[in-house]
Amino acid sequence: MLAMAVAAPFVLSEYWIKAILIPTIIFGLSALGLNIVSGYAGLISMGQAAFMALGAFSAVIAYGRFGVPVPLAILLGGTVAALVGVVVGTPSLRIKGLYLMVATLASQFIIIWALQRVPWTGSGSFATLNTPPVRIAGFDFSTPTAKYYLVLVVVALMTLFGWNLVRSRIGRAWMALREHDIAASIMGVSMLRYKLLAFLVSSFYAGVAGSLVVFGWTGAASVQEYELDVSIKILGMIIIGGLGSVLGSFLGAAFILLLPILIAVAMQRVAALTGGGTVSVDILANAEHVVFGALILFFLIREPQGLAKLWFGLASWVDRRTGTFKATKGGGK
Amino acid sequence: MGELIFGIELLITGMLIGLMYSMVALGFVLIYKASSVFNFAQGAMTLFAALTVVGLIPHVGLLWALLIAAVVMCVVAVGAERIVFRPLMGSSQLTIFMGTVGFASILEGASQIMWGTKPRGLQLGIPSEPLKLGEVFVSKPDLISAAIAGLLVIAIVLFFKRTRIGLGLRAIADDPAAAAVVGIPLRRVWAVAWALAGMIAIASGVLWGSRIGVHFGMSLIALKALPVLIIGGIDSVAGVIVAGLIIGAAEALGEGYIGTYIGGGVQDVMAYVVALLFLMFRPAGLFGQTAIQRL
Amino acid sequence: MKKAGMWCKAAWAGVAAVAVAAPFAVNAQQYKGEILHPMMVTRTGPFATASTGVTAGQQDYYTLVNMAGGIDGYKIVWEECEFEYKVPRALECYERYKGKWKMVYPNSTPAIFALAERVTKDEVLAINLAGGRSDSSDGETFPYLAPVIANFWAQATSTIAYIGQLEGGMDKLKGKKIAYIHLDNDYGRQPFPMFDELAKKYGFEWKSWALSWPALEQSAAWVDIARRYRADYAVGWLYGQSCAVPYTEIAKVGYPMNKYIGSLWCGTEDDVGPAGPLAKDTVTANFHGVGKDFPVIKEIEAKVYKAGKGNAEPARVGSVAYNRGVITGIIIVEAMRNGLKAKGAPLDGKKVRDGYRMIKLDDARLKQLGATGLMPNLVFSEKYHGGMDSQLFQKWDGTKFTTISKWIPPDQAMVQAKIDESAKAFREQTKAAPAK
Repeated sequence: MLAMAVAAPFVLSEYWIKAILIPTIIFGLSALGLNIVSGYAGLISMGQAAFMALGAFSAVIAYGRFGVPVPLAILLGGTVAALVGVVVGTPSLRIKGLYLMVATLASQFIIIWALQRVPWTGSGSFATLNTPPVRIAGFDFSTPTAKYYLVLVVVALMTLFGWNLVRSRIGRAWMALREHDIAASIMGVSMLRYKLLAFLVSSFYAGVAGSLVVFGWTGAASVQEYELDVSIKILGMIIIGGLGSVLGSFLGAAFILLLPILIAVAMQRVAALTGGGTVSVDILANAEHVVFGALILFFLIREPQGLAKLWFGLASWVDRRTGTFKATKGGGK
Repeated sequence: MGELIFGIELLITGMLIGLMYSMVALGFVLIYKASSVFNFAQGAMTLFAALTVVGLIPHVGLLWALLIAAVVMCVVAVGAERIVFRPLMGSSQLTIFMGTVGFASILEGASQIMWGTKPRGLQLGIPSEPLKLGEVFVSKPDLISAAIAGLLVIAIVLFFKRTRIGLGLRAIADDPAAAAVVGIPLRRVWAVAWALAGMIAIASGVLWGSRIGVHFGMSLIALKALPVLIIGGIDSVAGVIVAGLIIGAAEALGEGYIGTYIGGGVQDVMAYVVALLFLMFRPAGLFGQTAIQRL
Repeated sequence: MKKAGMWCKAAWAGVAAVAVAAPFAVNAQQYKGEILHPMMVTRTGPFATASTGVTAGQQDYYTLVNMAGGIDGYKIVWEECEFEYKVPRALECYERYKGKWKMVYPNSTPAIFALAERVTKDEVLAINLAGGRSDSSDGETFPYLAPVIANFWAQATSTIAYIGQLEGGMDKLKGKKIAYIHLDNDYGRQPFPMFDELAKKYGFEWKSWALSWPALEQSAAWVDIARRYRADYAVGWLYGQSCAVPYTEIAKVGYPMNKYIGSLWCGTEDDVGPAGPLAKDTVTANFHGVGKDFPVIKEIEAKVYKAGKGNAEPARVGSVAYNRGVITGIIIVEAMRNGLKAKGAPLDGKKVRDGYRMIKLDDARLKQLGATGLMPNLVFSEKYHGGMDSQLFQKWDGTKFTTISKWIPPDQAMVQAKIDESAKAFREQTKAAPAK
């Protein structure tokens, strides 16, 4: 996987990199964060996009206004988001399930509202901030390929960290939390600590993802990009990709980001075949909503482990076939 | 004196709106009580219902539009319960909740494909000049909407207390296994609960539609019912009413008084801020059962 | 075993085919003698209604031009890319047609901000009529952005000027109270500095009621405006579905409808229409004429719709949003025409941008195009990308708008000073030197 990812810019056109790959990886990171808190630890969060927004704005202000170097700015984005995440996570101390969901929903609205209320730059009233050209240690990161590698490096590092985390004792504690709150605490898992940790990690990831959006993708932080429907989309990503799966977060992100294109292409083809004119665009967009919802339901009902399970199923199928292949070639041990 | 009048008007306005939030929240409560499902799609159902009514009015007039919409909503709600949520029974709360999110998405997309995306007005023919009680202005349409909402709430309360299905619902909410053992027809009760939620969706859709127009933004308004649930406690109908009044008042007063200091725009988030505060200090809400479900 | 193997292979082949085919399906083909003009559109979401009208107006105008032989023989071929008024999608649309853009017109302020860096790098002009960044009137600091007509600062000063006119003179504004109810974002807050300065200059008082999107709940704000603050005038700066809400709220608090002036982005029939008879006598701003009584609109009706090639429901022709589209079309075509003449085919973003800077839509030219009275005179240059324009005000009678004022000019000195100041700040913030 990693080899493919590194080689990608040499194979794919610029359009694919800028418009598809980079956002997939960035949202994959954010989805991974959400997966940690919702998929592993079982705590529903509806505010992932708002945390991304916090990261994005902190990073762009740090770099644009105060000249904080980019890597630090990215870290700062994650940290700010994480701090707020801990505050939001406090209610989960005593309650579970739907109450927590409403708490995160409330934070989604409040954070976005707050970000729009505070005056940003000296010239007053714009709530979108542009970033100056991205420079790290003298290197200019303005080509899509350069941005891609920047994003890839950051995401790869964090994914590795996350992967280890969920396999560690902490990860197991989270899963224990998800299954049985009280049983876990009886066994000595301190709920408070682990719940907060889950929130902290997930919001940190979201914050970093947000700063990557600014530095590696759109070049601006704009509040309208982080509304509730984006939080819902990220939720969809982990459901479809696979709850509790690192790979699933990325598969889900890729899928959801490609979905509009797939639907558009499919419906245009169908329309062309059946002799109709081009499908009206608002029908396409609403069809997307329908398909999105249907897919969520499908995966929830039929394949709760999501695309990740399908992927591994595919991988082991390939394994078996090549294994047989080797054997029949003769000389296999 | 002017300040006092202003304050009173603000309070009344807020409370009337709050009752309308309560009405939407009722839809959530119904389904939660019946199937322990938190139906994120209530907002989408409201939108769907409103669009159906508005779409039918030019063809068949208001009354028939309401009746036909009622049938449609029954089909949709019960259908959802059967096709979507029955298979998910027994899954974690997270899963079921995500299911409602998916359902909401489908409903929103479908309703706009069917009825188009153009925002429409919904005129109920209520005169809009304010009612003058002495110096205080009260809005007539708001008053009437609140009255209808209030009647609905009372009807639901009576339903829970008096009818067999209503009692069955409460039994199921308390202990589904025991209820089944005793012979309460789970399936029928679920169907009724969902259908009722659909009716509530129509009422909220029509009343809110006459206030803000019928369009996509309605599902967002419906989400404001969530703070109402938090404060009122998700299983208390009385709580929902009181909570609605509080939220509405907090919104209006907050906008009027706090808003002037920090430049306005407070009304929209006030509900969520209040809810968050309650969550931190009194999660069971005002009237909810203090034994919070931990499992 | 074999059967399973075949199935699996087939599945892989199918997946591979789709994966390979997908990107090609969306790329555009270019024919000789045609100008490909990708269009970013919004047909879904809360801002769709006005947007679809604007899109239809442009497309109808292109059709009209094509029918007359195209732009100097070149046929305009457009392709739509739906971005739902969402920034990430706008970026994706932009990338999809990269290299093929002639002029980017998303009709969305947030998108313009996000695209700013890319269009500058790719040398394509991005315009946003009566919107976007007010300071992009400065063509030197923003070589690839343009507000084209009536930027927000001009609109703000012009609206206040109109109120002054209603009162019988700007000096009569002294001591008056103006309520400003608006969306709480870049769009709604741009007028602030203008209001501040105007208030200082003319001695009136103004106050902001900021509503966060979707701004559907305005009751408390209006109770405040009407009953506590007791504003003499209320100026609304809303968008989308929030436009129709004030009308119901104003009636409820008993505020006089004719003292509420909506901004031009609330001035389409779809914005005011849902409120129906309630909104009677309300006034909104506009930057162009309304109705069908212009030669070019009549021509479109006669030629394009007669031939069944119209892009909107016939009833929409002549509506506010539609006319905006036609005006946009006129400007874009003029820019392309200039570009072709000056720099020759094939057209690209830079040539069209240069063509834009050569636009001289004076009385004579407007008469030729049949747009006299529909749009103001526009003359652009390297330094001036438009935006310093007057507004017209129109009244709603329950079913349609009628223009009730003459062109009300902005406070040019004030707006220009602000443009210069803001452009300077932008140069410093992004550490970019003023480009050619």
